[in-house]
Amino acid sequence: MNPLGSFWAKLAHGFAPTIIEGDICQLGYEGSEGVRIQIENLNKSFGDNHVLKDINLTIEPGETFSIIGPSGTGKSLLLKHIVKLETADSGQILINGHDVAETGKINANRNFRYSMVFQSSALFNSLSVGENVGLWLREKQICGEVRIRRIIREKLRLVGLAGKEALLTSELSGGMKKRVAIARSLAMNPDLILYDEPTAELDPVTSDELARVIMSLKEKVNLTTIIVSHDLNFALYLSDRVAMIHDGEIIAVGTPQEIKKSQNPIVRNFIYTTTKGIKGEED
Amino acid sequence: MSLFTTIRDKLLNVAQGVGEMLALLCETVYYFKEAPRNLASIFRQMSIIGIGTLPIAMLVALFVGMVLSVQTGSELANYGSQEAIGAIVGISMVKELGPVMTSLLVAGRIGSAMAAEVGAMQVYEEIDALKTLEINPVRYLAMPRLIACLFSVPALVAFATVVGILGGGIVADINPQIDVPFSVYYDNMVRALSYKEIFKGLLKAMIFGGIIAHVGCYVGFKTSGGARGIGESTTRSVVLSFLLIMVANYLLTRIMM
Repeated sequence: MNPLGSFWAKLAHGFAPTIIEGDICQLGYEGSEGVRIQIENLNKSFGDNHVLKDINLTIEPGETFSIIGPSGTGKSLLLKHIVKLETADSGQILINGHDVAETGKINANRNFRYSMVFQSSALFNSLSVGENVGLWLREKQICGEVRIRRIIREKLRLVGLAGKEALLTSELSGGMKKRVAIARSLAMNPDLILYDEPTAELDPVTSDELARVIMSLKEKVNLTTIIVSHDLNFALYLSDRVAMIHDGEIIAVGTPQEIKKSQNPIVRNFIYTTTKGIKGEED
Repeated sequence: MSLFTTIRDKLLNVAQGVGEMLALLCETVYYFKEAPRNLASIFRQMSIIGIGTLPIAMLVALFVGMVLSVQTGSELANYGSQEAIGAIVGISMVKELGPVMTSLLVAGRIGSAMAAEVGAMQVYEEIDALKTLEINPVRYLAMPRLIACLFSVPALVAFATVVGILGGGIVADINPQIDVPFSVYYDNMVRALSYKEIFKGLLKAMIFGGIIAHVGCYVGFKTSGGARGIGESTTRSVVLSFLLIMVANYLLTRIMM
């Protein structure tokens, strides 16, 4: 690196010595543990609108769990409670026994990390793909720059975007943006990853590619995954268990097979409306 | 809804807004300690605010200085005291026109852009993404912008003031109605200006810069409602910045008298 480039690199990282030199990293990349999530009697209202009503759910470590249901039923809001973007009116969410609403020592000493892939991908337009993926590592200053670059390459390769570090986010398609958002989440080496409507605004082929990326992650990294989606096929294909939320209440929980065979009329209607096929060809 | 309820709600909204702005200011100032590791971001903002606004600020200042000189100089010439034009233009530019005019320009150009940028990040979940990445949005977005404005606006004001004074001097020299040589104009200006006056002007500019960045970020963080909300935030940031700059200008002028 030329002297000017070296100076700029140091300037960009605030002259913090640990971030500039070497291959060190304080973050373990040996693999994720997965976390156990317990949601107990969770309630949330906005004015007179009672959006989440007594939600009770348990998600096991390493499980891929989907929450399905029509739009506007509180699925994304439930995710936001898990990552502390919203505060519940009553009830609690425990991750590995830690109440997520608690602040201070207990939360600071937690032994897990979580990240979220947003519906809009929420990539930072002013940063390149590589800078987006490495943002958390650079901000937290827990890895050497050499190691950060290697992690960025590894995570982009995991989502099928090897060598795309230098691209700007404006140059990416919707599916690529989702994959960069997943890589950015994976750079934290999370134990819990949450996907908010991952197939929204994606065509069926891109949705299928994304499903394969999430499936391959499931094989390589043992993390707990929560997917919120109204795409029934996507959720049934990927999940170990599925919960259906309707009008702010969990009305069914089970394996994909159990959900498909559910006799609950609301579940049956949701399955029918999303898989009814071609007009005139139904049995 | 009764008139009393409407007034009460409006007052409560204003009180809430003031409280939120003060809380955000305290949090932003608290994160000044993180400035050394955000130097790149601070310099990037300084470049956008300072270098980006410099040409237009200088052009505006040049014409303001020229107009001030031609109007005041012509009047003074009627009484034969046109030699005082250097002192008048100098004091006006350093104490009032330089800081206020440049700050209003920065508020329109940069404050609105800040509100739009932060507002878009709020609407498109980027700020939520920052939170899930355990990155404090105030530290990452507001602190670098506030520090950059605190230094860039006084620098811009200094350049604009010099250019405005030069413009006034040129007009005083070449305009046959005024006909004050540049050397006389300059001597009068130097005699009238003290370091204290220059410092007061730059201090005003620094405070106005802080107002612009803080309002831009506050309005940005409060944005909701998609593209329409971003547009409204842009307008709101300009109006609020203008208003606060004017109020602060009066108060600072009164305090510094």
